[in-house]
This record gives sequence, C-alpha cells and structure tokens, in this order.
Amino acid sequence: MPRGIYSHALTCININKKARPMEILVTMHDHHPHDHEEASLSLRVKALEQVLVAKGLVDPDALDAFIQLFENKIGPRNGAAVVAKAWTDPAFKARLLENGPSAIAELGYGGLQGENLVVLENTPQTHNVIVCTLCSCYPWPVLGLPPRWYKSAPYRSSVVKEPRKVLAEFGTDLAADVKIRVWDSSAEIRYMVLPERPANTDGLSETDLAALVTRDGMIGVAKL
Amino acid sequence: MNGPHDLGGRDGFGPVVVEKNEPVFHADWERRMFGIAAALPFSVPFADDHLRREIERIPPADYLTASYYDLWFRSITSILRERNIIAPGDLDAATTMMPRPLCVAAIRPDAVAAAVREGFSTRAETIEIPQTLAVGDRVLVLNNHPRHHTRVPQYIRGRRGRVVADHGVFNFPDTNSQDSGACPQHCYAVEFDFTEIWGAQGDTSATVMVDIWESHMQRLAKD
Repeated sequence: MPRGIYSHALTCININKKARPMEILVTMHDHHPHDHEEASLSLRVKALEQVLVAKGLVDPDALDAFIQLFENKIGPRNGAAVVAKAWTDPAFKARLLENGPSAIAELGYGGLQGENLVVLENTPQTHNVIVCTLCSCYPWPVLGLPPRWYKSAPYRSSVVKEPRKVLAEFGTDLAADVKIRVWDSSAEIRYMVLPERPANTDGLSETDLAALVTRDGMIGVAKL
Repeated sequence: MNGPHDLGGRDGFGPVVVEKNEPVFHADWERRMFGIAAALPFSVPFADDHLRREIERIPPADYLTASYYDLWFRSITSILRERNIIAPGDLDAATTMMPRPLCVAAIRPDAVAAAVREGFSTRAETIEIPQTLAVGDRVLVLNNHPRHHTRVPQYIRGRRGRVVADHGVFNFPDTNSQDSGACPQHCYAVEFDFTEIWGAQGDTSATVMVDIWESHMQRLAKD
C-alpha cells in the first residue's frame, strides 16, 4: 500500500467519529469487495481533496457549501412548489411551459443543470417521461441530484425501449390509448414533467397541493 | 465513442431497483467527491463535455460495475493528469507542486450559492447562426461512429425522425470535448417512432425525443 494512502487511512480513522476503525482496517485485508471498495474510495477521494487544497485549487469550505446546498436546499420540494403554482395559476403555467428558466426564477429557483429547462405537460392523452441514456442529466434546480435508479443501467437501457413495462414496474399502468413520449436528455436541455393535477383537489391550497407532488411524478415514472 | 455508457436499448440489466427514502449521498466520500467536482471547474476550467469524455473512456467492465461517484473520481483524476496538475503517484505526495497552466483561483465559499444560482449554460447566446432545419422537417441521423466523445446515442443513428423543437445555438460537445473549438450550432429536439428504432418490437403508441446537434443530421425530402 502506498505510504501516502496509508497515512490517509490513519487520518480517516482519527477524524471520522462515525467510522468503525477496526472494521476499516480489517476490511482492507479481507475479501468483502463492497466494504473494501468503499474504504478504498474514501481514502482516495480524501487524498484527492488534500492534493487540490494544497495546490490552492479548491477550498474545503467551498466544497461544504456545494454539498450543503444540494443536500439541504435544492431538491424535489422546489419542483413540487413549481408544479403546485402551475396547477393553481394558469398564467404562471403558460409562462412555465413557454420559458422554464424564467418561470422558475419567479420562485427563486434556477442555475446549475437547469439553465435550459423545458417543462413537459402530462395530459390524459399524453404521458411524458424523462431519462438520460448516456449519463445522468437531470434538472437539478427543481429536482436536486438524481436518485441512484435514475442513473442506473436498468432504467437508462430500458425506458427508451419498453417504457410501458418500466412504468408498470413503478406501479404506473397507462391505458393503451395514452401516448408515451420519452425524452432522452442527450444535450444541454434539462426536462421536468408537469404531472396532471389529481382529482378531488379543488379546495386545496398551493402548499397542500405541493405536498402531493412527488419526485417520481416530475420524472414521469409515476402519476399522482 | 461507442462506449459502455451508451445504454439505450441494451437488454439484460434486470428490473429498476428503487431505494426507499434514498439519501442524497450514501457516504461521506460521495459528498466530498460531489463537492470537488462542483468546485474544481472554477479553478481548472473544464466542461461537462470533458468530464463525460473521460467517464466514457473507463474500460467497459469497470464502467458497468463502478459506483456513480467512483466514475466521477476516475474522470476528474484523469483530467487533472492530462493537464499536468497531478502526476501519477501525486495523490500519495500531497505537497508536490506541479506546473498549473490555465488554472485560476479556487472558488471562495461565499461565492458558491451565487455560482450555483447562475449556472454554466453552454448556450451560445451571442452568436447568430442561421438554422438550417425547421420544426416539422424530416431528418436522418447520420450513421457515424466517431472514436471521440459525442452525444448521439447509438440507438438513433441511421434512423429517421421529425424535428419538434429548435432549442437554439449551443457549443458542440464533439469538438469542445477534444479542445478543437466550441463550433456552436443549432440543437434540435427530434422525435422518433419506436417502430423506426425497434422495428416490429417497437411500441406503436410511444415515441422518443432526442436532442441532436445540427451537423449530425441531414434533412430528408418531404413526403
């Protein structure tokens, strides 16, 4: 084991209170591939950060700031607020479908991986669903970072070939006469689905409506 | 390149596995790797085109088995080596100072929120480039198989579709990823019938929209 990596192992054990030191040391020598891989990656990423900090190329506090934003501030509740407003304000909905970035900016959202957002309206006749077959493109400002399944080979490979089967796996059964439009985010446009408003929600406030909106509904694998 | 990342239409990966109440990150090293990838382009300018290019060069067996942020780790370290910012073994000797061509200052913590809100659009706003295709045009996706990075999935190459939207002018990943110019051009949403792609197995009630830069297509004569 390279000397530097080993010293990082010791650092890791000392500073990470949640880590179980003996387990890390043991797994680095046993044959449990997952734990070994995790421990090794943890050390390598720590080493990378240390090198970049030493060279003045990243500031660890700036890393914390990015992590904090995407772990706590930017997520599917943003998108849910956008959807609820579109359901209750026809003029906003029209602006949202016409120019996504400008409309979500009215609610204070936008930016990284949403610079060129296009919103797709589901209707009783047409069901939209988004994917990125080539990598993991996803509308961050409204949905946050994507879940693992969205980035995984099973989803990326199959939704562009057998969308009804994939939707059924999510418990979404569409009538045979509903047209499915799959959007493969192969360029710099990021897509978000505007789900249909559920029935019997007439009296609900925007806040109550937002609580009904799910991440999967805005990806298009679920109906609400 | 025809790499392992180009998954559309591949069989055999099994059902989609959904994790209930999934956290944003599954381990602290994933947090740190995300933060590095988000912060680094401010001091070592690279585009998503470069990040993707290096991910696509990961050997297929590794690509399909590595965890997501491991792919980012491999890609970023590869970009840093290419730019002579880290040398092989440099992760073991953090104090080694290599030349830093084209690097600028690290992003400051208090600048992060505004930078995220601003984003990095690759839309070429200021460049007037006439569009040669129009909504409604029938197009053929050229059957090219370049060895370099491209955003044309294999499943639509050589297939016929309809232009459904003109997204405007964007930098061209094929050349930008090779540092041979941004070559801005129009990018269009093109709709393909499933039967055109998957033949007799294609769902007749489904279509797929793929965003394609102009130089990957040719217009077909009207019906």
